[in-house]
Amino acid sequence: MDKFTTLTGIAAPMPLVNVDTDMIIPKQFLKTIKRSGLGVNLFDEMRYDQDGNEIPDFVLNQPQYREAEILVAGDNFGCGSSREHAPWAIKDFGIRCVIAPSFADIFYNNCFKNGILPIALPQEAVDVLMKDAEKGANARVTVDLEAQTVTTSDGEVFTFELDSFKKHCLLNGLDDIGLTMEKAASIDTFEAQAAQARPWV
Amino acid sequence: MSPKTLYDKIWDAHVAHEDEDGTCLLYIDRHLVHEVTSPQAFEGLRMAGRSVRAPDKTIAVPDHNVPTTPGREDPKNMTEDSAIQVAALDKNAKDFGIHYYPVSDIRQGIVHIVGPEQGWTLPGMTVVCGDSHTATHGAFGALAHGIGTSEVEHVLATQTLIQKKSKNMKVEITGKLRPGVTAKDITLSVIGKTGTAGGTGYVIEYCGEAIRDLSMEGRMTVCNMAIEGGARAGLIAPDEKTFEYVKGRPHAPKGAQWEAALAWWKTLYSDDDAHWDKVITIKGEDIAPVVTWGTSPEDVLPITDVVPSPDSFTGGKVGAAKRSLDYMGLEPGTPLSEIEIDTVFIGSCTNGRIEDLRAAAEILKGKKIAVKRAMVVPGSGLVRAQAEEEGLADIFRDAGFEWRLAGCSMCLAMNPDQLQPGERCAATSNRNFEGRQGRGGRTHLMSPAMAAAAAVTGKLTDVRELM
Ligand code: SF4
Repeated sequence: MDKFTTLTGIAAPMPLVNVDTDMIIPKQFLKTIKRSGLGVNLFDEMRYDQDGNEIPDFVLNQPQYREAEILVAGDNFGCGSSREHAPWAIKDFGIRCVIAPSFADIFYNNCFKNGILPIALPQEAVDVLMKDAEKGANARVTVDLEAQTVTTSDGEVFTFELDSFKKHCLLNGLDDIGLTMEKAASIDTFEAQAAQARPWV
Repeated sequence: MSPKTLYDKIWDAHVAHEDEDGTCLLYIDRHLVHEVTSPQAFEGLRMAGRSVRAPDKTIAVPDHNVPTTPGREDPKNMTEDSAIQVAALDKNAKDFGIHYYPVSDIRQGIVHIVGPEQGWTLPGMTVVCGDSHTATHGAFGALAHGIGTSEVEHVLATQTLIQKKSKNMKVEITGKLRPGVTAKDITLSVIGKTGTAGGTGYVIEYCGEAIRDLSMEGRMTVCNMAIEGGARAGLIAPDEKTFEYVKGRPHAPKGAQWEAALAWWKTLYSDDDAHWDKVITIKGEDIAPVVTWGTSPEDVLPITDVVPSPDSFTGGKVGAAKRSLDYMGLEPGTPLSEIEIDTVFIGSCTNGRIEDLRAAAEILKGKKIAVKRAMVVPGSGLVRAQAEEEGLADIFRDAGFEWRLAGCSMCLAMNPDQLQPGERCAATSNRNFEGRQGRGGRTHLMSPAMAAAAAVTGKLTDVRELM
């Protein structure tokens, strides 16, 4: 997995609540058997019209946000389905960090498996960052995972909370399966005990 | 011993390893797999030279993509990319030696309907699937939740999941439901009250007399939508109804093992003085038949109400409501019962079980549809067969419904069953997101009886008027 340490980049504002995974990547793009190549279809139905032309108003179609690496959004980002195609599409587009007041559980977990940092901050902090993002390409936001801080283009600093294990894995680009495999002995022991206790499983 | 909730008990029985910071390896008893979220996971296994650790606990069935029209066993009758995904699942099931129900098998159906039907889902288990509606299995008192594809790969390889424990939330529905009010109305009303993020960070246990009174089918409907309330999982403590449903199913324990299992299952309830981090209580008699008006499952109102004004909300919801109404083509103040419908969809893992088809058929008996198009997609081949045997299929067909083969179908419209832009649908599924049932399609969620009522009148309708 890709490491995430620090990131300074353009933040795109998306002041919508309940951005769901169907918006992030509509189902017609789930028919792939690969993880890559989904970036062009990120937010497809908001980004393109029926004929496949770009909708100029959509934030990621605006010239100043085409290179955005950070997304600032409303409450409950990523709600809906478990599709990992959502973080795959976000990453493939080039976004490595999403900032919102809250995230849906499965989406939040899926981000970490793909080197994306989802940052939950209080609404007031997100409001400040949203304003900052609205300034366009000159306003660069800095995210520091080690220090757990987000710094606006004006130098205002917000600190965010994060699970220590998730942080460790993301900072070091660790592969979950490899880590778990190191605990195979515990799993073996548990499995043997469970087979005794609940043989019908 | 300190008092525990049902969730605490199941959790404690499945922790294979715990780190100092509380990160756990949770052992997984059942892993359900479908064609859309698994190809990349199997590919990952192959690339790393890994095998499936417990193939016997892994069950696969194609459901999301498959056509629901006859002749679908022939890949030529599928779109090319769907056929590739189904073929990949065929191959992965065979290569890794996992249980499999192909489309040609009468037991095929929506994964969350097949699991309980075949007795794979049992009380006290941990159940995961690369699908958010895995919460359905919580109806059996199993800890069941959706996972992403990386986690699917993790479970395939290790039979565990890296997890931290969630908080405990109790949702109590007291007393009796009024006539015409169903499990779907309960679960939608709860989301209407808590919001789609209200359950984030929690596992919900549903309890109270109205929940106890529900059949297993109804309980599955309630738990199915726990995810729409943001919760990691929804649970209902197992009781005699649960045991009776499970008994005799193909993969349920038998003989002495049944007795041993039953003895443990009977300990699976929340202790009286268990600690709850959040409690919500709703009176059963206060719940009405409801429909959604917007593009989030929290946009719920009794059918007797009117389309709300965006100004009646606060914060980010004002803009969201404006956007919803614009998308849905609705004016504030319009009575919900005056909204005209083009299409009716009865099916999905929320409401594609036999009881749901019975409830809809009851309303449709001897009547004709007044909409452009109506379809029933049974949740599994076995549900379909039973409905045919009971004469329900004839009622649907006579009314003008299409009678389809089992699958997810228009719940997410990955197969050819899709709404056209601007088309309005009364649906028994679980999501009304923009474009969910087809680009530009407008979805109103409701119970099977309410969907049948809409089919008959051509408008959103209070089912109580037809009872
Ligand atoms: S029926 Fe709908 S919600 Fe259920 S598993 Fe299929 S697509 Fe998902």
